[in-house]
Amino acid sequence: MTTYAIQVQGLEKSYDRLRVLRGVDFAVARGSIFALLGSNGAGKTTAVNILSTLLKADAGTARVNGFDVATQAAQVRESISLTGQFAAVDEILTGRENLVLVARLRHLNDAGAIADDLLRRFSLTDAGARRVSTYSGGMRRRLDIAMSLIGDPPVVFLDEPTTGLDPQARIEVWQAVRALADNGTTVLLTTQYLEEAEQLADRIAILHQGRIIVDGTLAELKRLLPPAKVEYVEKQPTLEEVFLSLVGAGGKDGDPGGPRALLPR
Amino acid sequence: MNRHFFGDTIVLLGRSLRHITRSLDTIITTAVMPIAFMLLFVYVFGGAIDTGSVPYVNYLLPGILLITVASGIAYTAFRLFTDMKSGIFARFQSMPTARSSLLWAHVLTSLVANAISLTVVVIVALLMGFRSAAGVAAWLAVAGILVLFTLALTWIAVIPGLTAKTVDGASAFSYPLIFLPFISSAFVPTGTMPGWLRAFAENQPVTAIVNTIRALFAGQPAGDGIWTALAWCAGILVIAYFLAMNTYRRKIS
Repeated sequence: MTTYAIQVQGLEKSYDRLRVLRGVDFAVARGSIFALLGSNGAGKTTAVNILSTLLKADAGTARVNGFDVATQAAQVRESISLTGQFAAVDEILTGRENLVLVARLRHLNDAGAIADDLLRRFSLTDAGARRVSTYSGGMRRRLDIAMSLIGDPPVVFLDEPTTGLDPQARIEVWQAVRALADNGTTVLLTTQYLEEAEQLADRIAILHQGRIIVDGTLAELKRLLPPAKVEYVEKQPTLEEVFLSLVGAGGKDGDPGGPRALLPR
Repeated sequence: MNRHFFGDTIVLLGRSLRHITRSLDTIITTAVMPIAFMLLFVYVFGGAIDTGSVPYVNYLLPGILLITVASGIAYTAFRLFTDMKSGIFARFQSMPTARSSLLWAHVLTSLVANAISLTVVVIVALLMGFRSAAGVAAWLAVAGILVLFTLALTWIAVIPGLTAKTVDGASAFSYPLIFLPFISSAFVPTGTMPGWLRAFAENQPVTAIVNTIRALFAGQPAGDGIWTALAWCAGILVIAYFLAMNTYRRKIS
């Protein structure tokens, strides 16, 4: 019925007297990556929680995959998955048990095969039988995102997916996100890292004080400022470039596959 | 009711049962304090407490069982609290999963964990000389009352589990429940208490439940007291259930 996977109009939400969202409007095209950019407390998580039916809006409408989040919450939940700000994995279960659990709760057949496949795609096969409490931050996040892909939901919400990750793990997550969009999944991600939005997003919206103040492609946003001046500046390597070249592209956490293993099947 | 309610509850129950089998220490520690009380009262204080011709361990066990449940449900609140804080609740809530299954899985896990702790406590009591004249029907009646009592306290535990801000807050509510048996007929007959305290002790739920279980263990007719005990359990259960469900709905919407 529409080419938009997510449509949001006039969304408002207050906690007591604090007006977190004051009329938010945006739309996300199917199969694209949309970044909601904002500083801490801008209302990004509130917006994502409303879209994933965890919170009710005070005013406005939101449709996800064509379904109204307020009146068709069950259909919305069939269409989405949410990766929250903190890796929501079960520490006491093993990685594989976590995946099997989610597959069963999504009422899929052959949960074991789905789990094994995702462990392989996310280079976690060797760690699959270990308890998640022994995982590193990057492994946890990978498992977290793998859990979100179960059942191939057409819309995926990633709330600050790389907060607290080291540079390598962040690159791994970025590759996973790109692979998702290449397979036709719509991704809405929130971030406070400008570089992340620049790297990943087809479209970027800036949420500030409860409103979307700009919304466009990276090129469009760049045109908002005066045209680029040509200056000659000596290029110094960033610390991140130094770190990555020293540490190398080799695997970490004992997984031999490294980032490349996150590419789509 | 969501058509997946039973299936989802079973899957989530499997998850939380794994939690308790992988941290059996929580069940052991649940049983340690009541067993310590039992040892202390039977071997230290018990000799000075006049319970007539009844051996003191027989007199004491029903109250110890209630204390076991009261300390066991603190872990239910703790497990719920952990799920809330880790974000795993939010993940399940955003999935096409029956929403009340999450709570029911924790409640049923509480029943299993408490059943294990209660069994451990009864075995220790038997080693200490506890003997019962109860037949199968009386044992089943005791089990039924304990299940009802565990359910009632578990639904109370759900409320702090959902609303607590800190781990300590999630389990602190159980302390008054653990100490309620001390002001009842569980440890000493109420006859020696001052009037106002005696009035409280004789009319609070623990006394009715303890007296009923004690009579059933002794192979005596439970009398009308059993209806008072059941009414207390059912009443607490119903009120706690609705308060907990209400809290849950506010939390997830």
